[in-house]
Amino acid sequence: MSGWVSLSGVTVRRRGRTILGPLDATLNGGGLTILMGPNGAGKTTLLRVLHGLERVNTGDVHWTDPKDADGRSQGFVFQTPVLMRRSVLDCIAYPLLLDGVSRTQAREQARAHAAEVGLTVNLDQAVTFLSGGEKQKMALARALMRRPRILFLDEPCANLDGRSVKEIEEILHRIKAGGTRILMSTHDMGQARRLADDVLFLHAGKLVEQSNGDDFFRSPRTAEAKAYLKGEILL
Amino acid sequence: MNSIGEGLWQAARLVVTLDPDLVEITALSLRVSLGATLVASCIGLPLGAWLAVNRFPARRFVIAILNALMGLPPVVVGLIVYVLFSRSGPLGVLGLLFTPTAMVIAQVIIITPIIASVAHQAIRDLWADYHDLLISLQATRLQRIKTLLWDGRRALMTASLAGFGRAIGEVGAIMIVGGNIDHATRVLTTAIALETGKGEFDMALALGFVLIGLAILVNLGLHFISRTERGARW
Ligand SMILES: Nc1ncnc2c1ncn2[C@@H]1O[C@H](COP(=O)(O)OP(=O)(O)O)[C@@H](O)[C@H]1O
Ligand SMILES: [Mg+2]
Repeated sequence: MSGWVSLSGVTVRRRGRTILGPLDATLNGGGLTILMGPNGAGKTTLLRVLHGLERVNTGDVHWTDPKDADGRSQGFVFQTPVLMRRSVLDCIAYPLLLDGVSRTQAREQARAHAAEVGLTVNLDQAVTFLSGGEKQKMALARALMRRPRILFLDEPCANLDGRSVKEIEEILHRIKAGGTRILMSTHDMGQARRLADDVLFLHAGKLVEQSNGDDFFRSPRTAEAKAYLKGEILL
Repeated sequence: MNSIGEGLWQAARLVVTLDPDLVEITALSLRVSLGATLVASCIGLPLGAWLAVNRFPARRFVIAILNALMGLPPVVVGLIVYVLFSRSGPLGVLGLLFTPTAMVIAQVIIITPIIASVAHQAIRDLWADYHDLLISLQATRLQRIKTLLWDGRRALMTASLAGFGRAIGEVGAIMIVGGNIDHATRVLTTAIALETGKGEFDMALALGFVLIGLAILVNLGLHFISRTERGARW
């Protein structure tokens, strides 16, 4: 099976507990893949493993295209946006500064990316003054600065109001249309239905079900997924 | 009561007329304490930052030592420096005892742990906030340190100011290693001790005013830094 990344025998153990795996999976969706599962299922851990933020105890991650393997061609949006002690514009520009782009140029591009994600606030204010939705848009704009081939998002809408959620989802649609692969975790069922081309369903650190979005929601195959969709696994 | 009022008046006059002795003493105080702050910052700030971002086996031990050194009584530091630099001491040949240099050395020993400790805490907190982002963006080790130092610059300034505040008001160590020699090693705090002992309250008070003024300036500086930090004006 040819996918863009595959995991074989991946386990992550922390403090004597296996929090992820053993996991064997091949991701082959080209569009937006949703990582679903209750709290503590291992969604964050899996995203971090793929992005190279988390050390695996066994197994390995294989990228089909070496270009995808480079962390610089991957963007990551954390569940809680990382706020640098800088202005909004300088926060967004930061990845390009690391790449040696001049500050003027980096800020210029940051301005363009801010507009792209609909961040219409005063960009010279400190980032801490932004609302939750605006902070998340800042993080999204920053993750897009290096024009990533793959974008990881960890529950980007977890603490947002309905309007911000809708805005973020629209942006994600546009990013996807631009050819960027998206892997995003959520435990918001409605959001998953709206966005998912493919679904990975995790439960207790294991990959329980993998299918395309329509199939998953119409006819889940496993007992866990059925229970989750019926709202019986809360958490 | 009256003599205190008189003393205050005299003191104000000495300050306003820029009395030469007062100016000389104040200048030396600033020179010694600023010099010590500069040297201690060059050691303490990188040390603190380095301790914050590097994990190594002896790290906890070094931090414990640092905290212990923070509590060192200045008099004891003075005594140790005195013994080291006294004529028969291991560093006696340098002939530094009773010079401003010896005073700077003693103050460096006193305030480096403070500066390192404040810097360590600040950079550690910042590193906790930034860690995932910097790793995600594949910042090199050098880029990480540069980012932390730059974004933590206000906290680092606070650390240095805290060190300066401690140095300028310190009397025990510099009294011992400087000897409070007129026109050579006399600084604000040692002069105050001397003038008070002699019953020269007007001069003592004048020196005290200047010292309080400097302390207020330091605190205003600290306040200003923390306010711009809270006000999130970067
Ligand atoms: N560093 C860690 N040390 C110990 N346990 C951890 C660590 N990171 C995550 N866990 C645990 O692993 C499980 C999976 O976590 P996570 O991947 O964050 O789940 P999810 O994102 O699906 O809610 C949780 O039970 C969590 O408490
Ligand atoms: Mg999570």
